[in-house]
Amino acid sequence: MDSRVGIIIKREFMERAGKKSFIFTTLLMPLLMLALMAAPSLIMLFSKGDSRQVEVIDESGFIFDKLKSNEDIAFVKAEAPLDSLVKNEDTDAVLVIPAGVANGSDGLLLYSRKASSLSLESGITSQVNDIIENERIASYNIAGLDKILDEIHSDVSLKAYRTESTSEEAKESSAGLSYGLGLVLMLILYMVMLIYGQMVMTSIIEEKNNRVLELVVSSVKPVQLMLGKICGIGLVAVTQIVIWAVLIGLMAAFVLPALMPAELLEQVQTYNAAGAVAGSDTGVDPELIQIVARLSNVGYILSLFCYMALYLIGGFMLYAAIYAAIGSAVDNIQDASQLQSIPMFLIIFGMIFSMMAAQDPSSGIGVALSYVPFTSPMVMMSRIPSGVPAWEIVVSLAVLYLSFLVMVWIAAKIYRVGIFMYGKKPSWSELIHWARQK
Amino acid sequence: MDILTVDNVSKTYTGHKALDSVSLSVPEGTVYGLLGPNGAGKTTLIRIINHITAPDSGLVTFDGHPLSQDDVVNIGYLPEERGLYKKMKVGDQAVFFARLKGLGKAEATRSLKEWFERFEISSWWNRKVEELSKGMAQKVQFIVTVLHRPKLLIFDEPFSGFDPVNANLLRDEILRLKNEGSTVIFSTHNMASVEEICDNISLINQGRNILSGNVEEIRRKFSDGRYRLRFRGDSRSLASAIEPVTDDFEILESGSPEVTEMAVKLKPQAGVRSLIDLANKTVDICSINESRASMNDVFISMVKDSPKA
Repeated sequence: MDSRVGIIIKREFMERAGKKSFIFTTLLMPLLMLALMAAPSLIMLFSKGDSRQVEVIDESGFIFDKLKSNEDIAFVKAEAPLDSLVKNEDTDAVLVIPAGVANGSDGLLLYSRKASSLSLESGITSQVNDIIENERIASYNIAGLDKILDEIHSDVSLKAYRTESTSEEAKESSAGLSYGLGLVLMLILYMVMLIYGQMVMTSIIEEKNNRVLELVVSSVKPVQLMLGKICGIGLVAVTQIVIWAVLIGLMAAFVLPALMPAELLEQVQTYNAAGAVAGSDTGVDPELIQIVARLSNVGYILSLFCYMALYLIGGFMLYAAIYAAIGSAVDNIQDASQLQSIPMFLIIFGMIFSMMAAQDPSSGIGVALSYVPFTSPMVMMSRIPSGVPAWEIVVSLAVLYLSFLVMVWIAAKIYRVGIFMYGKKPSWSELIHWARQK
Repeated sequence: MDILTVDNVSKTYTGHKALDSVSLSVPEGTVYGLLGPNGAGKTTLIRIINHITAPDSGLVTFDGHPLSQDDVVNIGYLPEERGLYKKMKVGDQAVFFARLKGLGKAEATRSLKEWFERFEISSWWNRKVEELSKGMAQKVQFIVTVLHRPKLLIFDEPFSGFDPVNANLLRDEILRLKNEGSTVIFSTHNMASVEEICDNISLINQGRNILSGNVEEIRRKFSDGRYRLRFRGDSRSLASAIEPVTDDFEILESGSPEVTEMAVKLKPQAGVRSLIDLANKTVDICSINESRASMNDVFISMVKDSPKA
């Protein structure tokens, strides 16, 4: 490549990547992602909170002795009647166990100063239920009961398999996770193509307005300037994504395990080792374990980022070329709005259909739009987490890269003429005429 | 030797002929003026010389060979519409443009520091362009134009936007560059500056070169039988005495009470000798000079007389 294009790429890159706002957003984004990933464990941490003291008025006579205090709830025998306890500001909560609870004719009553939490309520009811059940079973006086109970205890887990998938990763698939991942990847592509594409356009308009353009093209060919600009801005986008990938990868590998509560982490490790969710008796959602396990699998994340980089470059180049042609043809953003509605429409169209494709990755329209270059980056990216045959990806990438080359070639022709046109906004037919001009 | 020749160059934009078989040649080491009314095609011609746009037909020869993209490193161009990247620091920006012209980074930085010192703007190196005044930015742009010591310099309206002090500075720099061997092409509407610094000119109108040549020769040619006569004596009797050979006369301020100065225009066939003979009989002649037409007059008469397209 001509060294002058290199100089232009460097300038375009430094102008943007050297800015404080770029550094800020680039570092902030993964922090947000981290916050999202850490949210489950944080919620667990916080929901533990401080333990609450529950005063128990036990009218059944046998339940209180069997209630077990744990780190969340401390059960204390009530020393005063209900009325005075409820009035006393030092009392957190009062649990009344009516005598009828044992035979099911009455329910438990919980008087609480602060709003009672779901975990508090479920903690109490499950304990009381266990106690009553045990009491009832015991009343049958069966010999060797404990042993029998252990033997009949069952704990089933479910694992979903894709039968036709070829990708090792996707064989064991959680539709929810693939859907979510697909959407996230697609949205990143959407953002890059729209934001960075428009950046190419505004940057060209700015150069035109500044009149600095004439000075630059007296040293380099207009085509070189255009390519340098697109590559420079594209490099900014790639840099941002790569920094994110590295930061998220590092977090997945080191920070996330440190933040996860020990029991969840254990589950994840067993999951990664055995490939199955172990017993759900810890009360942790198996789906969550699967998601965390998948996200903390560095290799899997990296392979996704590779696909994304390929589609990002192709999609960005395609749209950047369109935006460059538009930018060169007009003098100001206002005039550009009508012309740029075309790429904008295409991008939004792609986004809508990739949402559909993420929901149903094997739908006909999703597969078809994976080959159309204007929509393929987003649609394909939203399908990849659910598993797409390699040849489909190869064909779609080939079509995409071929069409971006053609688009760059057309854009360069329009650009070459457009940058010296001031004043009247050109029509589409004039743009076509420029592209044909010798 | 001509550093640049333009041979029968034509360029048509959508339905509009910007240049129509223009030919001119620029001798090395001279200052060449490119004149013409707005929209005459000067900028198109300059862009073709800069290898920014290609001519539809015709040939541009630079330094003995057909102009190519490689020649741009030997050309320095100051466009009429000045512009720099606003958000970029002055020093970085100057280095950027110098590198586009093929200079190494270290070399560019070193010679830029020299120029910044000469223009007394060293303190601006780390300022952003948007913080500079218009005149300051022009100085930076001038430095960017000449930094790579091009053989050919092209200035499009270099004096517009400069205050008189800076315009003088610029004029001195242009003449200094010429003395150092550079060739300068410059387009301007300022005819006084043409008389002052141009050796040769071409006058472009409606895409055609309607007049080319040496400035002094053109001015003499266009003097059109005008003379300045300084004399002692009665101006009215002189006027009637020379009437048979003159078309027109005008009494000018002479600056002294005894001496009168008169501008006269001879009749087409009349010779200067008959004027002197007639005047000599009536008054004491102090001096008689052929007056050269100003470039302003040349410009106006040529553009007015040329047929409208």
